[in-house]
Amino acid sequence: MIRVPVLILTMCLLAYVHAAARTIQISPRQAKAIQGAINHAHAGDTLVIEKGIYNESDILVNKKLTIIGNNYPIIDGGGKKQLIVVVHDSVYISGLQLQNTGRSSMTDMAAIRLQNVSGVVVHNNRLLNNTYGIYLQNSHYCTISNNKVSASTKDELNSGNGIHAWKSTHLMIQNNNISGHRDGIYFEFVTESRIIKNVSTKNIRYGLHFMFSHRDVYADNLFVDNGSGVAVMYSKFVEMYNNTFRHNWGDAAYAILLKEITDSKIKQNLFIKNTVGIYMEGSSRIDVMQNEFKENGWGIRVQASCDNNVFEHNNFLSNSFDVATNGTMMLNTFNENYWDKYDGYDLDKNKIGDVPYYPVSMYAVVTERIPNAMILYRSFLTDIMTQVEKLMPSVIPDNLRDDRPVMKSWKLR
Amino acid sequence: MNTIVKYITLDLIKNKIIIIYTLLLGVISFSVLSIDSNSSKGLLSLLNITLLFVPIISILFATIYFFNSSEFIELLLSQPVKRKTVLLAEYSGLSTALCAAYAVGIGIPTIILTPSPAALVLLVSGLLLTLSFTALALLVFVLFKDKTKGIGASIIISLFLSLLFDGLLLIFIYSFGEYPIEKPILGIIALNPIDLARILMLLQLDVAVLMGYSGALFKKFLGSMAGSAYAIICMMLWVIVPLFLSVKIFRKKDL
Amino acid sequence: MIKLTEVTKSFGKFKALDNISLTLGKGQAISLLGPNGSGKTTLIKSILGLVIPEAGTITVNGLQVNNNWAYRSHIGYMPQIGRYPDNMTIVQVLNMIKELRSDKHVYDEELIDSLGLRKIQDKTMRSLSGGTRQKVSACLAFLFSPDVFILDEPTAGLDPLSSEILQSKIAQERNKGKLILITSHVLSDLEDITSHILYLQDGKMMFHKTVEDLQNITGELKLSKIVASLMQEADVHKSFQHEHDS
Repeated sequence: MIRVPVLILTMCLLAYVHAAARTIQISPRQAKAIQGAINHAHAGDTLVIEKGIYNESDILVNKKLTIIGNNYPIIDGGGKKQLIVVVHDSVYISGLQLQNTGRSSMTDMAAIRLQNVSGVVVHNNRLLNNTYGIYLQNSHYCTISNNKVSASTKDELNSGNGIHAWKSTHLMIQNNNISGHRDGIYFEFVTESRIIKNVSTKNIRYGLHFMFSHRDVYADNLFVDNGSGVAVMYSKFVEMYNNTFRHNWGDAAYAILLKEITDSKIKQNLFIKNTVGIYMEGSSRIDVMQNEFKENGWGIRVQASCDNNVFEHNNFLSNSFDVATNGTMMLNTFNENYWDKYDGYDLDKNKIGDVPYYPVSMYAVVTERIPNAMILYRSFLTDIMTQVEKLMPSVIPDNLRDDRPVMKSWKLR
Repeated sequence: MNTIVKYITLDLIKNKIIIIYTLLLGVISFSVLSIDSNSSKGLLSLLNITLLFVPIISILFATIYFFNSSEFIELLLSQPVKRKTVLLAEYSGLSTALCAAYAVGIGIPTIILTPSPAALVLLVSGLLLTLSFTALALLVFVLFKDKTKGIGASIIISLFLSLLFDGLLLIFIYSFGEYPIEKPILGIIALNPIDLARILMLLQLDVAVLMGYSGALFKKFLGSMAGSAYAIICMMLWVIVPLFLSVKIFRKKDL
Repeated sequence: MIKLTEVTKSFGKFKALDNISLTLGKGQAISLLGPNGSGKTTLIKSILGLVIPEAGTITVNGLQVNNNWAYRSHIGYMPQIGRYPDNMTIVQVLNMIKELRSDKHVYDEELIDSLGLRKIQDKTMRSLSGGTRQKVSACLAFLFSPDVFILDEPTAGLDPLSSEILQSKIAQERNKGKLILITSHVLSDLEDITSHILYLQDGKMMFHKTVEDLQNITGELKLSKIVASLMQEADVHKSFQHEHDS
């Protein structure tokens, strides 16, 4: 019985708020126009920022406001300070062009900083040449979508990340395009979040970088040409679906670097032209399934510290080395993968090769132990070594093998 | 000199072995390049074929040819021409024919089917290999009086450089794995034209990064212009030094 | 024309030429004789600059042989074995040598016709018999009408008719005042040509005399007889020397 009055009361309140909500136009004519407008606004107001250049920084948003740019007004920090700091829940920011934050080694200068808030939406903005693009700090249930975040960072020391999240939960990072930062997307202690359909390219370190971030889902993202690819560390229950890792190509580049990751799934991803497809260290219970590894230097490098991982139904095509490992004991399972280097036969026509495939070549073992031996790559000697090893296996780990290699590649896409 | 070169080349392009060699290379490159959709992979296969066949065929054919020509060389030397001229003319004629065989067999099909800087580098390294192994054959010819011994020496040289050298290098790397030996390795590599050709070519392809992954110095140095220049200059030395020594020894040789 | 002064050449311990001094003059036709391994070929090759003596000097027409090559324009050389690049034709070989000798533009092509090479000039060297190749060598030696001929076994392997043609050609050149140095095992072939005999044994010059002198000494007329008698004498001399040495 008590529910009806509560409902009526709520509706009245909403009607009041709605009636009171105003729309305030801001133009660049006066100094500190935006901060001034915010200071005078009431919770629930909408600020429309007109086109123009606003040389304002450290704009503090401490009320529930909707801030909308009309035709991408430019807020320019002049290379000194931060631009917008949001300290109130449910703020909506859209349509702005935010550029030139300061650079500092003391504080992380961000174009938009979300601090201890929830329900904030940052949508459809352009963030150019900032140290950090969007910085989430102890924030929850926030959505960062359709933003273009780009910079032209040269070195790791004086640079920041495109989208940076720390100690947050339930974030939705979607449809953003991030390039030229240190890390494209950076998560530390971020849980139960989703990173969907983002494009992260040409970041000088990692396209995606996360640590201590459990139960997150990464799907349909594109990671191209990042200095070192994607690094995933110290996390559990991570799911990565349908991402494309392309041309993360360089001296220390990986498509994915897995370090102490457990109980995770890596499925239906495409790894093409990366120095290393997946590099694994201290990782356990990861299902690597239905991925395609194509034209990589190494398809997979599994360190001896990994166990109970399952590699199943993947395609390995034109990789220089399919699998490399530094150990001899393999506690991981390879099953029913397609290996283009497999030259066995299928007499019983069950589409599964009758003899096992050993995906680690002898030369791969040698270079793993003495990396300088790479100078002999593709020499006559190493070809002979590999052939001899095939006939008389002695160096390669005996139990690293696929007992059921399939004869035809899987149709994965 | 040009006269002798001209006639020797004319003679050699009608040589059955040269023709078969050309055709063989041509068939291999067409089949490799048309089967492999991935041009980088095709070029790698052709690189392997080049590294395997060009040195041994060049040095063996050239050694046999030089020894078979010794009477003709004597006849030429009874004419008023310098020894150096005759020797270099013999070398030029033969290396022209062998280079032409390589260019027609592998170079041109590759450049037509997969035009790229890498294809050009493949051609250049194949030609430099031909030139240096023909020069080594010339050195064998002036050092040995006996044809059989000369052929034996040529086989040993080509086996040493294509296989044994890399084995010794691997043992060296293995034994001194704990030390910073990248620079010595770069120096040692210069002692083998086959390795130089291989690295020069690999650096043109994406797989070069594999080298960088393990030894940053390899990629950094060899991947630079200076590195390519280093490889090419070392390979040219592998042509010039044997030629220079041959001329020097031949000047004092009793025929 | 050709002057050797104290020429010595050894291969290892073996002395192929031992302190040889001699002068060969214009208009002479010298038969270079001696048993196998006596140093005949070494002597010829030394004159041609193919073998480099460790001591002594050789001059041809006053030009030092050592480290020089221009003097060879005065020499026509016919080697014992003529081997040519397989796929060259006769005419190519001839043209090649002609182009090589840009100093001369007048060619003596008499032998090409008389030995019948003109008709087969487009055949490759590989397809030729040893005798025909020998004819090509002969043509090359005579092509530039040099002052000096060095002929190493010129008639070996030739058919009697060709041998006759070549001999008359040699005689004809000698009569022009050319110097001819010739080695042959077929002494009858040298009968009409030879004016001097130079006899080598164990790298030493045993004698160098005119045929008339030798006829007077030995009392024989035929060259083969003269040589046989001289060789006997040389053997006796040698054994005597051996006894003397021991």
